[in-house]
Amino acid sequence: MSFIAKPKIANLNLPRNELGLTRRDYDGAMSTLCAGCGHDSITAAIIEAVWSLSISPEQLVKLSGIGCSSKSTAYFVSGAHGFNSVHGRMPSIASGASAANRQLHYLGVSGDGDTLSIGFGQLAHAIRRNVNMAYICENNGVYGLTKGQFSAAADIGSKNKKGESNQQPPIDPCLTALTLGATFVARSFSGDKQQLVPLIKAAMKHPGFALIDVLSPCVTFNDHEGSTKSYAYVREHFEEVVHADYVPPRASISVEYAEGKSMPVTMHDGTQILLRKLNNDYDPANRGHALEYLRNRQAEGEYVTGLLFMDTESRDFHTVNQTTQTPLNQLPYSVLNPGQAQLDKMLNRYR
Amino acid sequence: MDVTNTQDPNYFHRVVDCQWACPAHTDVPEYIRLIAQGKFTDAYLVNRESNVFPGILGRVCDRPCEPACRRGRVEDKPVAICRLKRVAADHRDEVLDLLPKIPAKKNGKRIACIGAGPSSLTVASDLAPLGYEVTIFEKWGQAGGLMRTNIPSFRLPAQVLDEEIGYITERGGVDLKLNTPVNSLKALLASNEFDAVFIGSGAPKGKDLKLPGRDQSDRIHIGINWLESVAFEHIKSIGDRVLIIGVGNTAMDCCRSSLRLGAKSVKVMARKPRQFFKASAWELDDAEEESVQIMVNHAPKAFVTSNGKLTGMLFEQMEYEMQGDRIVSERVVGEVIIECDDVILAIGQENAFPWIEADLGIEFDRWQVPVTDKVTFQSTRKEVFFGGDAAFGPKNIIWAVEHGHQAAISIHNYCSEKSVSDRPPAMLNLSSRKMGIHEWSYKNDFNPAERRLMPHVSLKERFKNINIEVELGFNAEQMAAEVQRCLNCDVQTVFEPKLCIECDACIDICPVDCLTITPNADEPQLRTQLKAPPQNPNQSLYVSAPLKQTGRVMVKDENLCVHCGLCAERCPTFAWDMQKSKINIAHAGA
Repeated sequence: MSFIAKPKIANLNLPRNELGLTRRDYDGAMSTLCAGCGHDSITAAIIEAVWSLSISPEQLVKLSGIGCSSKSTAYFVSGAHGFNSVHGRMPSIASGASAANRQLHYLGVSGDGDTLSIGFGQLAHAIRRNVNMAYICENNGVYGLTKGQFSAAADIGSKNKKGESNQQPPIDPCLTALTLGATFVARSFSGDKQQLVPLIKAAMKHPGFALIDVLSPCVTFNDHEGSTKSYAYVREHFEEVVHADYVPPRASISVEYAEGKSMPVTMHDGTQILLRKLNNDYDPANRGHALEYLRNRQAEGEYVTGLLFMDTESRDFHTVNQTTQTPLNQLPYSVLNPGQAQLDKMLNRYR
Repeated sequence: MDVTNTQDPNYFHRVVDCQWACPAHTDVPEYIRLIAQGKFTDAYLVNRESNVFPGILGRVCDRPCEPACRRGRVEDKPVAICRLKRVAADHRDEVLDLLPKIPAKKNGKRIACIGAGPSSLTVASDLAPLGYEVTIFEKWGQAGGLMRTNIPSFRLPAQVLDEEIGYITERGGVDLKLNTPVNSLKALLASNEFDAVFIGSGAPKGKDLKLPGRDQSDRIHIGINWLESVAFEHIKSIGDRVLIIGVGNTAMDCCRSSLRLGAKSVKVMARKPRQFFKASAWELDDAEEESVQIMVNHAPKAFVTSNGKLTGMLFEQMEYEMQGDRIVSERVVGEVIIECDDVILAIGQENAFPWIEADLGIEFDRWQVPVTDKVTFQSTRKEVFFGGDAAFGPKNIIWAVEHGHQAAISIHNYCSEKSVSDRPPAMLNLSSRKMGIHEWSYKNDFNPAERRLMPHVSLKERFKNINIEVELGFNAEQMAAEVQRCLNCDVQTVFEPKLCIECDACIDICPVDCLTITPNADEPQLRTQLKAPPQNPNQSLYVSAPLKQTGRVMVKDENLCVHCGLCAERCPTFAWDMQKSKINIAHAGA
């Protein structure tokens, strides 16, 4: 961390988004994470993504649980709504908030502990309900806040700081999400913003639950020789299969891609996500294929990254349940509460 | 791009924009930090080492440092560098014992300096401590040159001049001969009394304006001569209505002096629109504060006299067609007579050397400017050197000082039988400012304070006497705020590529987006790859060696950096460090 706040410098000719805001308007509080923490880079990527999507701060809801990763929601977009929940319970809070107001953008930030251990059941049900949110799992393979014990995401054979190696098999959040029926599954790396920023943008535009597992090295407890989640290891075992380019509305796709190499996906608001295949044999529209490919590469110790799977027919929680477009707090009382007569009528059905 | 060679002293020197822009390369950030610590005497001495006259320049320097100041790029106004220099001078303790000692044993070499202006005094100041015996010939009864004669005492009090000139002329080794004009260089050289001669006689000839009526009145004055007469109290009054022709800094001094000699209405007449004015912006402000009227687009045509008495001046009213900042055509749209009692011509000045004989082997070019080497300041006669306005025409005091330093190096080489082109190199010293994990031995937190305004004597009081100094100097609060505006550009961001793990921490925390990790490319391409689009192609890019994990390079746009040190605070491997650069500018005897 640093002990002086990032200064606001007024007169710089910084680029502005459609709302006339600069990136600095999306800053948060000073980070208290270790210097060099991957989470801080993800924070910067989130700022970049939210800023360039021109989402106004008060249209954003940031949610988190407990852990180093979950602290980081304080470090971006101070003007957003936020909820720091009980350990592992962020998906419940997100589901409730989303149910009450479908017009906001929901961004959950969690870690490998919060997601794959204490909150594993919560994750499964948020995926099953296809809650319309972006869920970022900041994955460093250790419990950093409690001094570096192996987490459920640690790979077999990965060494801790004292040299002991992990013997228990890992839970891979992407494989898990694929088997649970997630409609948007991606993996990225905190050290590669070129890949991460467009993925976050795509995830925020995806109608339904979008999981991004972001490998985010813990500089203090898991960035040494023998770790499989260090900056050096991830860079050496990194294969990007599908690059997602976010294309804003009205901008035409100017680059021609060879047949079969690109896949434009149009969102409800007219924006497009252009999936660009970097591996010709990989099919991001086929869940079974994605599962198989990920398993095989994982066995070889490789990280498959990029947009791994996307269901273009995704129907989110609201669509499935035919909920009202209007946020509940904007509905008139007479609609929210139909009155005694309606209640009596309903109760009569059970007599 | 090639890896930046940070061993080259010029690389980090350029980052310190103020020091780079200062002709004498004053170590500005260092003296501002010393002021912040209350070490005014030390701050004064840091100044004196390079610019010799901190008290004088702290009032009247042309301030090339301020437009260059990095602060002016992150907000509207630069640090008040010049005003802080005056703070150091005003609050210093006695410095006599701290100045370079003048040896009792001389080295046997004798140097003549002609003119006791800033360049000659600098030569004397540099050479006397080395054992030279320097004789300064001055035609007036007081030393200082144009600092004495052309800068009015309400801007530069005589006492300040006397003190700082005294540090040079009254500590031994220097013989100041007042009221001793040199009428023949030939005779001086023939006397064989001197091993070398330095000519710092300035540009003493004011330009005249030969228009109809010029010879019919004695109320038409030449600006610098008039200021001289005012300075020596030969002129003590002026008419009610005064016109000044020209809008340079001399014109500003003329109009403000006129007000103090009793003029009721003073107009400064400009031929062109305001953006072409030669006067410094702050001098224009100060004149206008005193109700001097500046009239643009008036081209002088004739002096109007009646019965041998000046009654006014005839002007053509001009109209200009502009393209951007350039005049593409002009036309006369009318004529007007403006009534006046006196006219002062302040339209420039030039060199004049009637006392240098043609057969001495000293060549002059077709503008009658001596042919002088731009590095060594040697003339075409090997033992004669020129400097200050005498060398290349009118510039300003700080340039004259630098000319003096360089000429002193040449004279020292010449007298030691070394080649004059053998210049001592600048040296670079880097030392880390790191004291602990988050502790730096400089104040790195960005302070958003705005530039402090110089307090002035009230408009009611200041005209009572021409010797009342208008600027009061910063008070304690103003000084304390202003020093914190300095961005410490000399505390450099130094990058060690071998240590970098490419975690992006520095890039994410940088408040001005000046860092980028990107594949290397040639400069034009690389500039398009930067996180913040570069706004100033004249500022360097700092390019690292390839990084070990991806082979990309770290690029820093020096234009934007505010030297807050957050990159170094956030770096987990200490690949970034904040190191103070000290650029040792060589002077004579180094």
